[in-house]
Amino acid sequence: MSAPRVEPKKSGGIRDLGKMFGAGQSSGRQIGILGALVVIIVFFQIATGGLTLDPINLINLVNQNAYVLILAIGMVMVIIAGHIDLSVGSVAAFTGIIVAISMQSWHFPPALAILFGLVVGAIIGAWQGFWVAYVGVPAFIVTLAGMLIFRGGNQFVGSSQSIPVPDAFAFIGNGFIGDFGPNTNYSNGTLILGLLVAIAVIWQEIRSRRTQSKMGSDKAPVWVSIVKLVILEAVVIYATLLFAGGRVGTSYPISGIILGVLVLLYSFITRNTTFGRHIYAVGGNWHAAELSGVKIRRINFLVMMNMSILAALAGMIAVGRSVASGPGDGVGWELDAIAAVFIGGAAVSGGIGTIVGSIVGGLVIAVLNNGLQLLGVGVDRVQIIKGLVLLIAVGVDVYSKKQGRPSIIGRFTRSRDINAALDRPDITPTNSAEETSRPPATTPN
Amino acid sequence: MAIEPTILEMRTITKEFPGVKALDRVSLSVKAGEIHSICGENGAGKSTLMKVLSGVYPYGTYEGEIVYQGEVSRFKDIRSSEAAGIVIIHQELALIPELSITENIFLGNEPRRFGTINWVEAKRLAIDLLARVGLEDDPDTQIKNLGVGKQQLVEIAKALNKSVKLLILDEPTAALNQADSQHLLDLILGLKGRGIASIMISHKLNEIEQISDSITILRDGKTIETLDVKIDGVNEDRIIRGMVGRTLENRFPDRNSDIGEVFFEVKNWTVQHPLTSERMVVKNSSFTVRRGEVVGFAGLMGAGRTELAMSLFGRSYGTFISGQVFKDGKEIQLRNVSEAIDHGIAYVSEDRKALGLNLLDDIQDSVVAAKLSKISRGQVIDKVAEHHVAEKYRKSLRIKTPTVQEGVNKLSGGNQQKVVLAKWMFTDPDLLILDEPTRGIDVGAKTEIYGIIRDLAAQGKGVIMISSELPELLGVSDRIYTIFEGTITNNLTADEADPETLLKSMTSAKKKVTQP
Repeated sequence: MSAPRVEPKKSGGIRDLGKMFGAGQSSGRQIGILGALVVIIVFFQIATGGLTLDPINLINLVNQNAYVLILAIGMVMVIIAGHIDLSVGSVAAFTGIIVAISMQSWHFPPALAILFGLVVGAIIGAWQGFWVAYVGVPAFIVTLAGMLIFRGGNQFVGSSQSIPVPDAFAFIGNGFIGDFGPNTNYSNGTLILGLLVAIAVIWQEIRSRRTQSKMGSDKAPVWVSIVKLVILEAVVIYATLLFAGGRVGTSYPISGIILGVLVLLYSFITRNTTFGRHIYAVGGNWHAAELSGVKIRRINFLVMMNMSILAALAGMIAVGRSVASGPGDGVGWELDAIAAVFIGGAAVSGGIGTIVGSIVGGLVIAVLNNGLQLLGVGVDRVQIIKGLVLLIAVGVDVYSKKQGRPSIIGRFTRSRDINAALDRPDITPTNSAEETSRPPATTPN
Repeated sequence: MAIEPTILEMRTITKEFPGVKALDRVSLSVKAGEIHSICGENGAGKSTLMKVLSGVYPYGTYEGEIVYQGEVSRFKDIRSSEAAGIVIIHQELALIPELSITENIFLGNEPRRFGTINWVEAKRLAIDLLARVGLEDDPDTQIKNLGVGKQQLVEIAKALNKSVKLLILDEPTAALNQADSQHLLDLILGLKGRGIASIMISHKLNEIEQISDSITILRDGKTIETLDVKIDGVNEDRIIRGMVGRTLENRFPDRNSDIGEVFFEVKNWTVQHPLTSERMVVKNSSFTVRRGEVVGFAGLMGAGRTELAMSLFGRSYGTFISGQVFKDGKEIQLRNVSEAIDHGIAYVSEDRKALGLNLLDDIQDSVVAAKLSKISRGQVIDKVAEHHVAEKYRKSLRIKTPTVQEGVNKLSGGNQQKVVLAKWMFTDPDLLILDEPTRGIDVGAKTEIYGIIRDLAAQGKGVIMISSELPELLGVSDRIYTIFEGTITNNLTADEADPETLLKSMTSAKKKVTQP
């Protein structure tokens, strides 16, 4: 049995697949990393004799990594804006212990405790954002300080002890979608979730085709969409059956649902809102952004604050998973999150990166970790391999850029019909008046 | 006494950049121990020539030959030209602010003993060198605590330490006040007395006239003439004639005649340098713009044109000291960029790559970047609308690109400039400030940009055009202000303005100040 290879079928299809990640100069790189993820999964599936894509393992994988992936969402926004956040592990641990104390000593109900945790995260974020955005201390320093402050804070507040949390709270970290209805040998809740995702995928494709035709840009042929949908739906169905077919009482994890919602929400924010656009503008060229009227301090502040809120959430999920908050929670998380973002195609200099890319990058690390553990490789060698993967992933990207092409995969995704659109001598410059000639009126909103 | 020997002979130097011939068979001959000035407009090739000479462009990247002290020289970098005694002092000084005078003088050239730096010897030498340039400060003073004039002297001391035989000074007095300039010029004359030849590039014609022995004039990458000051009876007018003596081609669009009322007025605008508190980069400047009028701003590099524009545009430069801005008769506040944009002011920067564009963006993102609210509902961007806006400008400004999803970094300079113009036209401005709108773009694209500028004026907008190219200012503007050392020195209509008058007002403050 030989490992199947991922071949690009048609350039149009690949290019179109690239739009899943949002068009941009880094999309080629992200398709490359998605391909790498598929190769890694297939490799471990074969090497472990089918253990990788076993329901129990897969559910575990999501549960174990949801909080790092949530951190990666915030981290990629920080890195796009040109900063870094080293404090996320400590902030997660500090919030975790405060929340655990709030329930144990102050008898906060779990729902209120979660809200309280998010507020604590926001306050920490405002503190760090203040130093970064308004005082102008580099984020590396501010968050290095935060790493120490909040690690120490966790151990001070909790007296270096573990504090247990109630089961109702732990649900966000170790809960699963409930089961109900007739016995199907599958988790019905997860089946319904899978169905919803399957419908959403189709709806999304229809919408994107509609947008393309509204823009008047050349749509990919219908068959490309169909092939793409068939592949995606096959993946969705396969994953649904795996997640729904685990041990009785397990199914798709709650933390995975939180992650999914956050990915959708933040993808929308970064791609479709003015705030998201401004993050890219600040990271890409803050001088130009400032001269375009972007309030760069506010953007920097909000990005840092958002990161700490997500770190607080990640911390609470991790506490839920282990049903206690301890002094060693969150150690080294920042490095996993940062590695995920860079493997996922973000640029160290800022301005480039996507949420989905970072999630894929995080999954690469997660699957590597998991697969190597299944193969019985020790923690020492796992670290060495992870380090090399990070170095090679970014190294290949840097090398490709120096050669003046977006990436090796990017070569296949280049548009075929560039020349057709070039040179339109029929258009004269005199009709430039259309919009600009009307009397100056500032558009409201 | 024999005929003065020649220290440097540059023969038929040709230097090409992709698409541009920066130097076209330029020749330069410098006699031993003379002060030789090089004059020319911006872009004439002065700096390129000096970079060829000092090895910044190494041997092999240009054609022609350099004969220095009787031998053909093939400098492969700055080090090799310095080893031969050619030292260049750039307009932007290359000193390290946090280090002391001594440390700077000996940077990369430290006196050593047993492999470590001999600071005792270094300081002794430094005191000696400082005495030679007439600087009395303690050699342990940090550079950041010295004024620009004194920093210039440290640069010269550094050059003397390298046993300089030919000193090249690029705009040495551009940032200096009158007294510091005079001291520096005296020093250059003093060096001449000790047999050190100097090549000086300067826009200040009075200074050139004062100290030069000979003058070479460059224009459009060619040597026009070399004047011997003693024989040819050189004066400022004579130099200017050489510099601008070109016939203007008919590459400018017609002016529109219906210029409206004054709608934008700046009164007594004064701005302080962001770092040096005693230095005012814009002094008490007042000017007006009418609807449908293209107002040119002429001035030398560093005269305060960009500083004036950027400080108006939401205080993006320097520290605001005083002044008022009126639009349509009402005083307006422009405390930050968004306020400026809301008041209908647009600023197209002189440096489109550093300040105008996010080079990671694609065209459509760039076009809408300064007014996202126009295509958004609440916070959510309407991407279809965005696309249509970008398409519209691609057609109307003829931006050459396969699609508007193309990255702006893949466009040529002229097309990038059109994207920047589109970005600001999209903000519906009443007043566009264009800072060097045609810098670094080819002639064809320039003509298109002029057309766009005239179109904007024809739509009743006011346009301020800052430019270092006098032909373009004369060809496009309806009225021209000259600015010198932060002060507006003249206000001329298109009919009154000619290159000679402009250059005079740009190079001295003595002219009468006409306020509208």
